[in-house]
Parts: sequence; C-alpha cells; structure tokens
Amino acid sequence: MIQHFDMSLVDWSRGQFALTALYHWLFVPLTLGLSFIIAIMETIYVKTGDPVWKKITKFWMTIFGINFAIGVATGIILEFEFGTNWSKYSWFVGDIFGAPLAIEGILAFFMESTFIAVMFFGWEKVSKKFHLASTWLTAIGSNLSAMWILIANAWMQNPVGMHFNPDTARNEMLSFGDVVFSPTAVNKFLHTVTQGYVLASIVVLAISAWFLLKNREVLFAKRSMVVGSVFGLIGIIMVIYTGDGSARQVSKTQPMKFASMEALYEGQSHAPLVAFGIMGKQEENMPGKHPFPLRIEIPGMLSYLADHNSGTYVPGIKDLIYGNKEHNILSLDEKAERGSVAIQTLKELRDAKTTDPEKYKELRAKFEDPQWMKNYFSFFGYGYYKGEKPSTLLPNVSMTFYSFHLMVLLGFFFLLVLLLALIWSIKDRLAGKKWFLWVLIWTAPLAYLATELGWLVAEIGRQPWVIQNLMPNLAAVSNISATTVQITFWMFAVTFTILAIAELKIMFRQIGLGPKEGGH
Amino acid sequence: MKELFLKIFRFYYDGFRNMTIGKKLWVIILVKLFFMFIILKIFFFPDLLKKNFSNDQERSDYVIEQLTQIK
Repeated sequence: MIQHFDMSLVDWSRGQFALTALYHWLFVPLTLGLSFIIAIMETIYVKTGDPVWKKITKFWMTIFGINFAIGVATGIILEFEFGTNWSKYSWFVGDIFGAPLAIEGILAFFMESTFIAVMFFGWEKVSKKFHLASTWLTAIGSNLSAMWILIANAWMQNPVGMHFNPDTARNEMLSFGDVVFSPTAVNKFLHTVTQGYVLASIVVLAISAWFLLKNREVLFAKRSMVVGSVFGLIGIIMVIYTGDGSARQVSKTQPMKFASMEALYEGQSHAPLVAFGIMGKQEENMPGKHPFPLRIEIPGMLSYLADHNSGTYVPGIKDLIYGNKEHNILSLDEKAERGSVAIQTLKELRDAKTTDPEKYKELRAKFEDPQWMKNYFSFFGYGYYKGEKPSTLLPNVSMTFYSFHLMVLLGFFFLLVLLLALIWSIKDRLAGKKWFLWVLIWTAPLAYLATELGWLVAEIGRQPWVIQNLMPNLAAVSNISATTVQITFWMFAVTFTILAIAELKIMFRQIGLGPKEGGH
Repeated sequence: MKELFLKIFRFYYDGFRNMTIGKKLWVIILVKLFFMFIILKIFFFPDLLKKNFSNDQERSDYVIEQLTQIK
C-alpha cells in the first residue's frame, strides 16, 4: 500500500525538518536557562548593591544577547516547512496548533521583545527595580514561548482534547485544558526547559572555569560558578524527576518508542533496564530484534520506570508487532485493518456527500460515535500500512536505544559534575583543581550533545508517526519535487553552519574581552 | 501622550545608538530576516494549500482525496 508514496521525498523532507529543528535547538536551551541565571544575578545585585554583581550580570547578559540574536527566528523556518513540505499535516492539525502558536506569537514573543529592550537599553534609564522586573519578565517570556511550542509537539506525541471533522479533514479542539495540561505536555515542557537550565549552567561554569585557568577575573568567575552550580544542580534534579514522568507517559502512550528506547524485544514483567549495552546487528526476519553481546542490567527497573511498580508488564517490540492477547495488545495487522476501515469510511463519506445523502448521514454518524472512533479512527494512520512488512512501522531501534542511553548517562554525569562544582565552589577550592576546570570546559559540548540526543529519542522513537497513530510521515508530506527539498536542505545546512560559526566567533571574542569590556 | 511616545522613541534611539557588539548582531539579524522572509518564503516556501486553492472547501476536498488515496 505504501509503494505509491515517494519515499525519497519523505526522507528528504524529514531530513530537512530534522536539520532545521536540531540547528534551531542549538540556540534555544541556552536562552531558556541563561535568562533565569541573569535574573538571579541581577536580583543579588539589587539586593546587595554590590557593583561586582552588576558587572557579572552585564557580562552574561551580553552572552545571552549574542545567542538570542543569532538564534532568533530560526524556528520560523520550521513553520515555513509546515506550509510547503507538510501541507496535508498542517491542514489536518490546523485548529489544534492555531491556538497555542497564536498565543506564543502574541503573548510570549511581544513580552520577550518588549522587556528585552529594557533589559539591554535601560540600565541607566529606568529604576533598578523596573530593570530587574524586565529581566525576570524576559526570562518568563522566553520560557513561555517554549511552552506553547512544546504543547504543540506534545499533542503530536499524544493527540488529546480534539475531535476529527470528516467534512473538513481537520482536527477541532474540544478542550483547550486537555491539550495544554495533558501529562505528556506538562512533562515535555518541564523536562525540556529544565535541561535548558542545566545546559546554560554548564556553559556558565565552563566559561568561568576558563577565566580561572587563565587566572583572570577570579572574583567574577567564582561568583558566576556559585550561581551556575546551584541553578544547574536544581535543574538536573528537575530533569531527572521530569524524565521519570516522561518515561511513564511514553510507556502508556507510545509503547513502541518505550520498547525501542530499551531495545526490549520480548515483553516481560519485572523487565530490566539496560544500564550499559552494546547492540549487535538486527536479526534477520525478526524486525526490531537485536542481540546484545554485552549488557549490564538493573532487574525490574524498566517495569518500575513504566509504572513505579517493578512487577508491571512492559510490552516488547514482538508483542507490539504480533499482538499479545493475554495483555490486550493488538497486532500491527489488526491495527492496520482497523485503520484501513477508517480510511475507507472517510473515502465513502466524501463520495456520498454529493451523491447519496442517506449514506452520507449514516457514515457521518460513525464519526460522532465515540466507540467507533476508539475502535477504528484511533488507528487511522495504520491503515496506510495494510499488508506491509512490520519493519515499515518500526522506528530505528538502535539509534533510539543509543540516543536514550547516552542522554541518560550524560545526565548523571552532569549531576556529579554540578555537585562537585557546588561543593568546591562553596569551599573555595575550585581554582586549585585545574583538572576539574578542564572537565567543566569539556562538559559544555557534552551538554549540547545531551540536549540534541533528547530530541532524537523523542522524534526518532516515534517514527513513522507525525501524529501518533493518526498520521504517518508518508501521508503528511506534500506532493512536491524531492529535488526542491534537496536544494533547500543544502541551503539550510550552509546557512545554519555559517550562523553557528558566527555565533561561536562573536561569543568567543566577547568572552576573551572579559566582563570589564563587556558591553552591548 | 505625545511626550510618552517621544520618551519611548528616545529610549530605543539612544539604546541602538550606544550599542557596541549589538550593532554587529543587528546586521546579522537583518540579513537573516531578509534571507528568510524575502528569499526563502517567497521563492522556496509558499503555503501550498493557500497558493493552489481559493477556499477552505477546496482545501478540505483535496486533503481528503489525498488522505484516502490508497491503493
């Protein structure tokens, strides 16, 4: 059934979206976290009146400004891609995305852009308290911006609070609250922004460590490190906590992603978590099954992660492909059959609309029947895979597995680094530990790696879905030429690389100048 | 009221005039916005459904036809 789709177009469109999102995401987390770090530093300045804190605040504000300027609006390209490369998807989700994105545009963006001007231009022009309020509002505004986008993404991972209108082929919002406060959205927002706090804290620690190694601006560096390590430590604890919440949500709403994150082939109760593992090549004729020549496991931990109960049954890839009656898990074939019925019903409804009013009425009633919607429409996307091999419905298991495990490993490494940084900052012993200062410097690129890995887990793990269970990527993509997508893919690759180099060059130059010269 | 607007204008005017590193950043921002909204949006990223169909009914019909076109 999928043969008539141009898979090269699907792959290039996916590649282009991934490239744009991953580049955009290089700039966002630093903005999210650094804005709050600056606000904390300025609060200390306003409370103490100590001019050193003002100098510290202004230096980090400049770094924030460079990152904000280079990164601002790179996300708009994603919206361009929705309209051109993913037009069917954009139409299908239109009403759901409309509200969060409009609020993002009006409230958060204007909040950010108004108060950011006061933050940069207002030092000598407005009162200390008004300036401080503007800095906090910039931080809140940038985080609110992220919130609306993440709500939209969460809806794609777990579509709730809507009803499909078969006359327009659009999903219409039934409950704004269900969309905004779905557990997937709440966990995704908190997990994503708090990892931004960790990344920003690590960047602050890395730059401060560089000053200490150079024996320059020692007081500035030490004070920055105290704020960075406290904020980062709170951030990483939140990341771990919300990561646990995210895992539970994924296990409920995206079981194939959950099984792929652990490369769990056979479902089991007391399922172990792979603490460390090296995967072999996928076994022939067993889609999703990878042998593990080396694996260290924590017994029962995966079940605990899924449900906070080490006895919980976690379905494996095999259960999700072939079904498991004992645990009420439908096979992919059964889901494809039901999805195919939903697609066929939509087709018949469209044909009957102008030719057979009675049949139209009868078919239309099905889309209003909650039971039919649950039994058939909720598998709509599977219908495109009727008669296809199960492998066409599997994510890249090894990429999901390694991205997840490396991300978690780095998360716990950051916890250790931030804890040590805080202890040695308080004891004022950091300057003498050169090896640790180098560790801090090299942890900064690892923080960027971890945040990108998080996106890979979320987005690769949910393939082939653009909207979970409802719309696969092959049905979402527009009928355009793959060559056009290839041209713009390389255009973006070049443009974004230039921007990233420009950011690093300007930032390194500004860091080199140090806080004394730091102006904006 | 006029004074308030003048105050706001002067605030931004002085702010931009006294920028150091910010000037370079604004050049980057403007070049980027020009590239995105003039070059990319117009020549490479039209809104296909808006461009190819004149009303929502036509857009709906097209999307339904596409979504149900399975062989």
